[in-house]
Amino acid sequence: MADPMRIRATAVGDSTEVKVLMNHEMETGQRKDAQGKTIPAWFIQSVTATYNGKTVLSAQWGPAVSKNPFLSFKFKGGTKGEKVQITWTDNRGDKRTDEATIS
Amino acid sequence: MDVERRKVLKAGGGMTLLTMLAAAGWLEPQAALAADAWNAAAFDTRSMDETMKALGGGAPAQSKDITFFQTPDIAENGAVVPVGITSAIPKTESIAILIEKNPNMLAAVFDIPPGTDPSLSTRVKMGQSSNVYALVKADGKYYVASKEIKVTLGGCGG
Repeated sequence: MADPMRIRATAVGDSTEVKVLMNHEMETGQRKDAQGKTIPAWFIQSVTATYNGKTVLSAQWGPAVSKNPFLSFKFKGGTKGEKVQITWTDNRGDKRTDEATIS
Repeated sequence: MDVERRKVLKAGGGMTLLTMLAAAGWLEPQAALAADAWNAAAFDTRSMDETMKALGGGAPAQSKDITFFQTPDIAENGAVVPVGITSAIPKTESIAILIEKNPNMLAAVFDIPPGTDPSLSTRVKMGQSSNVYALVKADGKYYVASKEIKVTLGGCGG
């Protein structure tokens, strides 16, 4: 299992601002190791953010997203104490879901 | 006749193996589904035209309503280039980031459901100085804006 994400969700007026820092290698599949062998690609392919069971953002990523990806977005609604969930799936089928409480 | 029989046996055997694999949890249906949802064709493209075709759109119109924020003119480290994009176009459905000179142009596609601000930021890798495009789909139409980012250290080294 991959390392946990760091999620911060802050209520700003009638919206919620979400900042996520994921822990992932995001290997492009273009690099070579010391022996000259290509390091296989390993990256997050899809990301979904949900709030109250409703998807507030979904994304498809390629290997060009940086290592330990950062993402920030804002959606309408959300009050203090409620939860925001983020899920990612990588190209190996590995998956991780974390949630944060809106503050 | 014997040949036919063998074919049938073979086909039958194959089926069983698949079923067994699925039962044993070797083939995770969910993982397979996620891979299907991922638009592999679009992420494998090398030019704007190809990317547009893979995403199912025509040539995008230039738009001044798409703006970059927190995006540098010169990135010291190509492995971590912050890119922020805001779309002021009504009914924005998705925002994509394309980097012209990367091995594959498309970096990320974000689907924006109603109620979510058409504004987001992330970090991408850039192999060299290049134009970065923000492709916005709004009300079924595509719009684009670009910004040149100079990279002093590439992100694809190794």
